[in-house]
Amino acid sequence: MSEIARENRRLLGRLIVGSLVMFGFGFLLVPFYEKICEVTGINRIVQPDRVANTQVDAARLITVEFDANSHDGAWDFRPLQGALRVHPGELATVVYEVANTRREPMTGQAVPSYGPPQAAQYFRKMECFCFAQQTLEAGERRTMPVAFVVDPDLPADVKTITLSYTFFEVEGRRARAPGVESGHGS
Amino acid sequence: MAAVIPDQSHDHPHGPSGLMRWITTTNHKDIGTMYLIFSFIMFLAGGVMALAIRAELFQPGLQVVAPEFFNQLTSLHGLVMVFGAIMPAFVGFANWQIPLMIGASDMAFARMNNWSFWLLPPAAILLIGSFFVPGGATGAGWTLYPPLSIQMGMGMDMAIFAIHIMGVSSIMGAINIVVTILNMRAPGMTMMKLPLFCWTWLITAYLLIAVMPVLAGAVTMLLTDRHFGTSFFNAAGGGDPVLYQHVFWFFGHPEVYILILPAFGIISQIIPTFARKPLFGYASMVYATASIAVLSFIVWAHHMFTTGMPVTGQLFFMYATMLIAVPTGVKVFNWVATMWRGSMSFESPMLWATGFIFVFTMGGFTGLICAIAPIDIQIHDTYYVVAHFHYVMVAGSLFALFGGAYYWLPKWTGRMPDERIGKLHFWCSMVSFNITFFPLHFLGLAGMPRRVPDYALQFADFNAIATVGAFGFGLSQLIFLWVIVKAARGEGQPAAARAWENADGLEWTVPSPAPHHTFEEAPVVR
Ligand code: HEM
Ligand SMILES: [Cu+2]
Repeated sequence: MSEIARENRRLLGRLIVGSLVMFGFGFLLVPFYEKICEVTGINRIVQPDRVANTQVDAARLITVEFDANSHDGAWDFRPLQGALRVHPGELATVVYEVANTRREPMTGQAVPSYGPPQAAQYFRKMECFCFAQQTLEAGERRTMPVAFVVDPDLPADVKTITLSYTFFEVEGRRARAPGVESGHGS
Repeated sequence: MAAVIPDQSHDHPHGPSGLMRWITTTNHKDIGTMYLIFSFIMFLAGGVMALAIRAELFQPGLQVVAPEFFNQLTSLHGLVMVFGAIMPAFVGFANWQIPLMIGASDMAFARMNNWSFWLLPPAAILLIGSFFVPGGATGAGWTLYPPLSIQMGMGMDMAIFAIHIMGVSSIMGAINIVVTILNMRAPGMTMMKLPLFCWTWLITAYLLIAVMPVLAGAVTMLLTDRHFGTSFFNAAGGGDPVLYQHVFWFFGHPEVYILILPAFGIISQIIPTFARKPLFGYASMVYATASIAVLSFIVWAHHMFTTGMPVTGQLFFMYATMLIAVPTGVKVFNWVATMWRGSMSFESPMLWATGFIFVFTMGGFTGLICAIAPIDIQIHDTYYVVAHFHYVMVAGSLFALFGGAYYWLPKWTGRMPDERIGKLHFWCSMVSFNITFFPLHFLGLAGMPRRVPDYALQFADFNAIATVGAFGFGLSQLIFLWVIVKAARGEGQPAAARAWENADGLEWTVPSPAPHHTFEEAPVVR
C-alpha cells in the first residue's frame, strides 16, 4: 500500500470515529437538556410552588382561562368553570372533573401548559392534581381542585392567562396512530 | 478499497459495459454524472409536488387535494428537495470537479464513492413509495416534529429509514471529500491556493460529518418512541416534544449552511472568470466560510423563538444569528469588489452568478428580520418564513447550481451550452421565481400561516399570482433540460480545453470533454 493510501486510511478512521461520536452526542443532548431545564427551573410545572409575595394587588384583575384536553380520548376531562377573574396575590381555586371512559382501570397524569408561555413562571400552584398520577376504576368519575396564586410580579401587559391541562395515560407509554393498530378500544 | 486507480493511459471506461458499467463504476466522473442525473430527477419530483401545493392554494377553499394529502405534499416536497435534489447535486459537482481542480486522478476512496451514490436510489424509493402505503406519506413537515411524527402511520417509518440511508450516504461522501482534499492535492497545490469551491466543500464536508449523525440520532429517537416504548419526545411517558426541536435544529441550522456553502464556492469560481480579475479577498473568503460554519452551531434556537424560551435565551440566539450576517456580508462584498472595474461579460454562468447575488442577498436580509426575536414571534410559521428560505435555497443554492452547470458543462460534455436557450432559461426562471415568492412576504406579514391548505379570502389575489409564477418557474426548468440534452448529445459549438476565455484552474488544462482518466501523472502547481 502506498504512503498516500495509508495516510488516507488513517484519516478515514478518524473521521468515522468523529461521526460516531456525533451520533452519541445527539443522544447526550437529552440528559443535557433535562439538566438545563432542572437548573433553570424552566420545567418545574408539576411540583407544588411556594409563595413569597402574599401582597394582594387589588388594582389589577387577571382573567385565568381553563382548558382541558385528553391525549388519547380515553378520558372525559373538563374544568367546572371556563374562567375566573382574580387579583394577583389572591388565592383562588378551580375544580376539574375527570372520568375514565374505558372498561378497565386506568392510570393517568395531567400535564399543564400556559399561554402566553412566559406566564408559567408567575403562576403558582399550591395544590394540583397534576402533582401525582391518578388511578381511576372503569367508569369512575372524580373531581379534583387546583389552588393557585398569580404572582403580583406578572408583567403588566399580561391580562389573560390560559391554563391548559392535557391528560395522558401513564401505562401505555406509546402513542398510536389513529387507525393503525387499534390498541385498547376507545 | 483501492485508493488510486492504476496507471491507464487510454480514455475509455473499463470492465463491464451497459447498465453494469454504471452500477459498478468507481470513476469519479461517472459517479458525478449519476449524482447530477439523480438530483435532477428528484428536483422534478419535488417540483411536481410543489405545483400540486400551489394548485391547491390558487384559490381559497379546498379544490384539488384533500387536506391530509396536502400535508403529505408539503412534507415530502421539503424532504425531497433538501435531501434528494440540492444535497446530491452538490455532491455531484464535488465528484466531478474536486479531483479535476486539485489535480488528483480520482476520489480517495473510489469504491466507497460508488456505495455512497447507490444508497440514494433506495432512499428515494422509500420516500416516494411512502405515498402509496396505508395512511400515506408523513404529514409532519420536513422537520418531522413530534407529537405528530410519533402518531403517523408507516409512511413516517419509511421517511425515517430514508433519512438514515441518505445520512449514511452523505457522511460517506463527506469523508471522501475531506480525505481527497487533504491528502490528494497535486504537488504545489497548497491549502491557500486551493480553489474556493474546494475550500467551501471541505468545510461543508466537516459540517456534514458533525451534524448528519445528530439528525440520525433524532430520527432514531422518534423511531424508538414510535415502536419500542421509549419516551424521549412523547409527553405521555414523560418526554418532551420541545427537546426534539432542539436536537433537530442543532442539525438543521448547520444543514442550511451545508446547502449554501458549496453554492458560495461555485459563485466564487464563476465571477472572477467573467469579470476577468482574480477573486477579491481570497483569504477573507476562506475565513468567512470557516466562521460561518463555526457560528452555525450556536444559533439553532432562532427556529424556536415561540417555544417559550427565557428572554435571555432569545436574546442570545438573536444576537448570535445576527453575527452570522457579518461573514456573509464579507462574501457578498468580495464578489461585488471582484466585479468592480472588471471587464465583465454576461454569458449564462455569469448571469446566474449575478442574479444569485441580488436574490440571495434579499433572502439574507429577510433572514435577519426573522432573527429579530420580537418580530419572529409574529412571522414564525407564516409565509414570510417560506419566502425567506426560498430566496436563500432556490435563488441561492439552486441558482448557483444552475450557474455551475452552465460553467462546467463544456468540461463535462465537450460542448458549449447554447447561449440563446441558456439566457432564456435564466430570464424565465428569474422573473417567474420572483413572481412566485415575492408576494409571499406580504402574505406572511399579513398573517397567512404556512402548511395549511386553505386560507382567508383576503389572501386570494397574492396566492393566485404566486401560483401562476410557480407554474411558470416549473415550466422554465424544462428549458434547462433542453440545454443539457443538447450539449450531452454533442450538438452545439465544441468547447476548447479552456472553455471560457479567462477561466483559471487545473480543470481547464485537461481537454473538453474531460477524458475518462485525468491527472494520472499529478500536475505540478507553481
Ligand atoms: C443571513 C443569513 C440568515 C439568517 C439570519 C437566517 C435566519 C433565519 C431564521 C431566524 C429563521 C427562522 C424563522 C422562523 O421559523 O420563524 C430561518 C428559517 C429558515 N432558513 Fe434562514 N437565515 C439565513 C440564511 C439561510 C440560508 C443560507 C438558508 C439555506 C440555504 C436558510 C434556510 C432556512 C430555512 C430552510 C428555514 C425554515 C426552516 C423551517 O422552519 O422549515 N437560511 N432563517
Ligand atoms: Cu437557522
